[in-house]
Amino acid sequence: MLEIKDVSVRYGVIEAIKRVSFEVNEGEIVTLIGANGAGKTTILKTISGLLRSSNGSITFKGRNITKADARTIVKAGISHVPEGRHVFGGMSVKENLDMGAFLRKDSKAIEEDLDRIFRSFPVLKERLNQDAATLSGGEQQMLAMGRSLLSSPDLILLDEPSMGLAPLFIQEIFNIIEEVNKRGTTVLLVEQNANVALEIADRGYVFETGKIVAAGTGKELLASDEVQKAYLGG
Amino acid sequence: MAVFIQQVINGLTLGSVYALIALGYTMVYGIIKLLNFAHGDIFMVGSFVGYYIIQNLNLGLFPTIILTMIVTGVIGVVIDQIAYKPLRNAPRLSVLITAIGVSYLLQNGMTAIVGPETKSFLSAFEQTPGFVNQSVSLGGISISMMQIILLSTTIILMILLQFVVQKTKMGKAMRAVSIDQEAAQLMGINANAVIAFTFLLGSMLAGAGGVMVGMYYNSMNPLMGAGYGTKAFVAAVIGGIGLIPGAVLGGYLIGMVEVMITAYGNSMIRDAVVYLILIIILLVKPAGLLGKNENEKV
Repeated sequence: MLEIKDVSVRYGVIEAIKRVSFEVNEGEIVTLIGANGAGKTTILKTISGLLRSSNGSITFKGRNITKADARTIVKAGISHVPEGRHVFGGMSVKENLDMGAFLRKDSKAIEEDLDRIFRSFPVLKERLNQDAATLSGGEQQMLAMGRSLLSSPDLILLDEPSMGLAPLFIQEIFNIIEEVNKRGTTVLLVEQNANVALEIADRGYVFETGKIVAAGTGKELLASDEVQKAYLGG
Repeated sequence: MAVFIQQVINGLTLGSVYALIALGYTMVYGIIKLLNFAHGDIFMVGSFVGYYIIQNLNLGLFPTIILTMIVTGVIGVVIDQIAYKPLRNAPRLSVLITAIGVSYLLQNGMTAIVGPETKSFLSAFEQTPGFVNQSVSLGGISISMMQIILLSTTIILMILLQFVVQKTKMGKAMRAVSIDQEAAQLMGINANAVIAFTFLLGSMLAGAGGVMVGMYYNSMNPLMGAGYGTKAFVAAVIGGIGLIPGAVLGGYLIGMVEVMITAYGNSMIRDAVVYLILIIILLVKPAGLLGKNENEKV
């Protein structure tokens, strides 16, 4: 579904991503793990059109989106939940959700999606008219995910959804990620919390200073001594 | 007492003008963090456009205001597209200096077209319906028709603006871009279109202000934008730059202060008092009256 081929990304003279290739198949949960600064966020931003690759190609559902802008990529069916959640503080929960559906005109289908999102995240319905900035970190993460799902994506990019959350919330968020995936949305998940990510992932890639150094199924990577030692604190 | 009420009405009138201009400053700042120094000159252009529309097209007052708003709105968007859009990722200082350049371009361009001397709306007025020149007297208080028009038009425009920003899709997108441009892009919002829309709204309000000031004070010249623009900018900062209610509050505050100082104090120190208030507010509440003092987030 998503193919990354030989992609490099530069910040000025620094090459943050060096000729990286991987793919995500329809229906999968794929996770990118690795230490801070390994380039995981950079690759997500490049996929969603916020950054430009200096080399290589990105193909989504057979269509080359390497040079497409963020708007075109959202339209094509990729939605990106950024690191740090980035909800619109000062706007209500409802308005934040409206922004998620910005490019859609099918108001009936939007209502149905909204209902489903409220079933997954009941707290959002309770806080509908509350300023998004007043939500807790976990609630903001739910809002960011709900907002993103309202664009009705085929592929959702999740950047560190567990960051700064209490363990109870982390479990809840990951349950919801699995649920979203079961309903047919493909997931590309970037996580520092590698153990939890690998447990729900079909496959994973290990990043190190801008390169992929290991790949395998979630189970294989969890079992690999090398990966355990280097990234999982085991 | 009657004199005081009269001055309050005069203060509200002048405050409306400042508020109309301050809104454009504050909206553009809110969305691209640019102090658009050319904004006061858009107001000036509005004054002249209105003048020539009345003189040559002989339209009524309100069609003139609306047509002027359309013209200045388009000019605002064109300026953004030509002068500011190529600099979206440039350092803020470059954009600021460009804005000063655009300001000079408009001032001197207009001087080249219409000449440097002050023009009066009077000649144009002779062709408009007589009611504009009338005034209403109530117990020693006299309100000119133009004051009523200016005040009510300003209030209507502010209500419309509030509706657009709070309720429409484009208005929500505007707020989203001003809060977090990157996140807004991830929603599929075209930030450049939203920024252009912001220039359109701001320049339309300034154009409406320009036309009405030209009629009310009956005088205009190509450099008038600098004076009004600077005061309106001060108003936006006092209210809290980037905040729409702040611009309105600041505008009326400055208008009221100026009129009261002139009426009960010494008009020589009018501007000094305005800037003194600015300095005090910046010392006590740097983010402005309605602004939240944001601490650096760790």
